[in-house]
Amino acid sequence: MGMESVLLARTAEVALVLLSLAILFAFIRLLIGPDAADRIVALDLISVLIVSCLGVFAIYTEERAFLDVAIAYALIAFLGTAALARFRERMPEGGADETETKTEKDGP
Amino acid sequence: MEIVTAFLLLAGAVFAFVASVGMLRLQDTIIRMHAATKAGALGAGLIFLAVGAFYAELSITLRALAAVFFLLLTAPVAAHLIGRAAYCSRVSLWHKTWIDELANVCQWHEPQTHEPEKTDRPENDRP
Repeated sequence: MGMESVLLARTAEVALVLLSLAILFAFIRLLIGPDAADRIVALDLISVLIVSCLGVFAIYTEERAFLDVAIAYALIAFLGTAALARFRERMPEGGADETETKTEKDGP
Repeated sequence: MEIVTAFLLLAGAVFAFVASVGMLRLQDTIIRMHAATKAGALGAGLIFLAVGAFYAELSITLRALAAVFFLLLTAPVAAHLIGRAAYCSRVSLWHKTWIDELANVCQWHEPQTHEPEKTDRPENDRP
């Protein structure tokens, strides 16, 4: 364990902070919607970010079992996303929370 | 090797963060999917490459590469499913979107107005 391991530990901590902020932002999108499809996309992104977090944990804790956890979670998350997308496709037009406006005016 | 690991880790986290910022800030569902599916998969793939470079032994690295392959395989499929579901249920587009090439394509979700076609041919018309 030399100085480079310290570098790696600090890098992993920075990566974990960035990923936590990313999960927070995606969760805000999950809350505000506006369509059900937006929420599905946000959930898909959150699961990808959690898989990334597990990858960082595999380095940070030097526990290689986290890699298997990440692979299994990615598999289950893909199935969940596919199922939710099929569910959205069968919903009535406009989704559960239908809005009257056909265009979104709020740009960045 | 640890420099490479640190670089891949940081690059992956930055890409995942950018994907999430795009998820929050972009305009409509289809445009947000652009950020979430591409940059998110790239970030996760870079982090898995970092795991493979960190351990640098055959079983772990192969598993990390398999995870990258699986991620690159499933991310477009999931994005296609979500995008088709969103577009075909007429999710609201951004007001500056002016190309809508598939406007006449997605009609399979419309309620059926006619019965399934009956064939004129009788069932047993063999000579």
